[in-house]
Amino acid sequence: MKTLVFASRNGKEILRDQLNLFFGIGFPVILLLLLTVIQSNVPVILFPIDKLAAGIVVFGFSFLSLFSGLLIAKDRTSSFMLRLFAAPLTSSDFIFGYTLPMLPIAILQVVVCFTVAFFLGLDVSINVVLAIIVLIPAAILFIAIGLLGGSLFNEKQVGGVCGALLTNLSAWLSGTWFDLDLVGGTFKRVAEALPFVHAVNAGRAALSGNYSSIFPDLWWVIGYAVVIMAMAILVFMRKMNSDNT
Amino acid sequence: MIAIQTIDLTKKYKEKIAVNSLNLTIEQGELFALLGLNGAGKTTTIKMLSCLTKPTNGDAMILGNSVISNPMKVKELINVSPQETAVAPSLTVRENLEFIARIYGNDKKRSKQKVEDIISSLELSSIAEEKAKVLSGGWQRRLSIAMALISEPQILFLDEPTLGFDVIARRELWNVIKRLKSKITIILTTHYLEEAESLSDRIGVMAKGELRAIGTPNELITQTNAEKFEDAFIALAGEGEIRI
Repeated sequence: MKTLVFASRNGKEILRDQLNLFFGIGFPVILLLLLTVIQSNVPVILFPIDKLAAGIVVFGFSFLSLFSGLLIAKDRTSSFMLRLFAAPLTSSDFIFGYTLPMLPIAILQVVVCFTVAFFLGLDVSINVVLAIIVLIPAAILFIAIGLLGGSLFNEKQVGGVCGALLTNLSAWLSGTWFDLDLVGGTFKRVAEALPFVHAVNAGRAALSGNYSSIFPDLWWVIGYAVVIMAMAILVFMRKMNSDNT
Repeated sequence: MIAIQTIDLTKKYKEKIAVNSLNLTIEQGELFALLGLNGAGKTTTIKMLSCLTKPTNGDAMILGNSVISNPMKVKELINVSPQETAVAPSLTVRENLEFIARIYGNDKKRSKQKVEDIISSLELSSIAEEKAKVLSGGWQRRLSIAMALISEPQILFLDEPTLGFDVIARRELWNVIKRLKSKITIILTTHYLEEAESLSDRIGVMAKGELRAIGTPNELITQTNAEKFEDAFIALAGEGEIRI
């Protein structure tokens, strides 16, 4: 119960910031519309909606890291965290309390993106539901990155790492804007060692009904999500028990 | 009955001793002020007593519960109003209060009742629906103290509660604290000597991590052969020899 109460407070803090709503939901939709307009005006296939939609969803998830990271960093650097640490809350109340409110926001992001994509030509099929499920581990991965970032950095640093750096990494190294084969070499190898392109590929495979291609990529995402969430929990608990939050 | 008993309570940060073998007993219902210059160890002491920092050595018993072996039980019995205002900025005053009531285990109905009671007793009704981040510093501090009180703690730690307040706001908060006296145990740290003198049953003076003296304001004046409390404090909190 305490976890849900804490999660509710965290959800309110995030959703009451209109800038969060714009970047989390509005900005990916604008990108989806913009790239579709570009596609309609060029003779070659650059941004087909069935490939673009999953990529934009994963890009949109990078804002989850920013939101959760900023909230935790703000709490940590204010006396509010002292108040919470002095309250009878356990480590799991904190971890789940910061994670849970991000999941409905993530699902809302996916649903809004796919709904807009339907109007832009994405086939309406059961595969969209599968894609939403397949993309949830990616959402958890980005939430975990935010939890880790918020536990390690101050508000300004979270803005740099989870904002500027992560959004760029998840954009350029995800194969959303261009096919990684076009660059190849080290760039492609680095991209494939990171989870972003695998999250996009798993989502695309689910959307296209190519079920056998989902899991090789999804394992990468799940692996990264588990490791980074474990790191985030360890770092947060260490901070909780240290003299300096 | 004893509310707080510290046994050789010590905190070291690497080579620096922040609090050194503190032995202190505070009775239930007492308003006890901890005074000292900056870096004397007041806030570190409060942090150890409220389970925010683990002691390096020694222990403290809060209503019979050890801060080391039973911190969760201690946390259920106490609440803290930190030195800086500690509120959730995007929540309204009412939501902040309800949030704290609920994380201390009250159900929704009971929490709402407690919120109404505290809004009434601390005269917060005019700002109840305002978001905390738009409130003035004085109102935020009042909310912060209300958040510490709503869990009905048996022991309340007030760390510099009137820091940065103007005279009127300080007097208003003194009245709130006076209303709480004897109902709960209050541990107050402050830099304002007249605040400690006016509010406290007993005062402990700390310097360099050690408790230099303890007693009522008059006892401390007598002990130091001073004419007024400020002189007594300077004599005790300065560089002189330790005397307890």
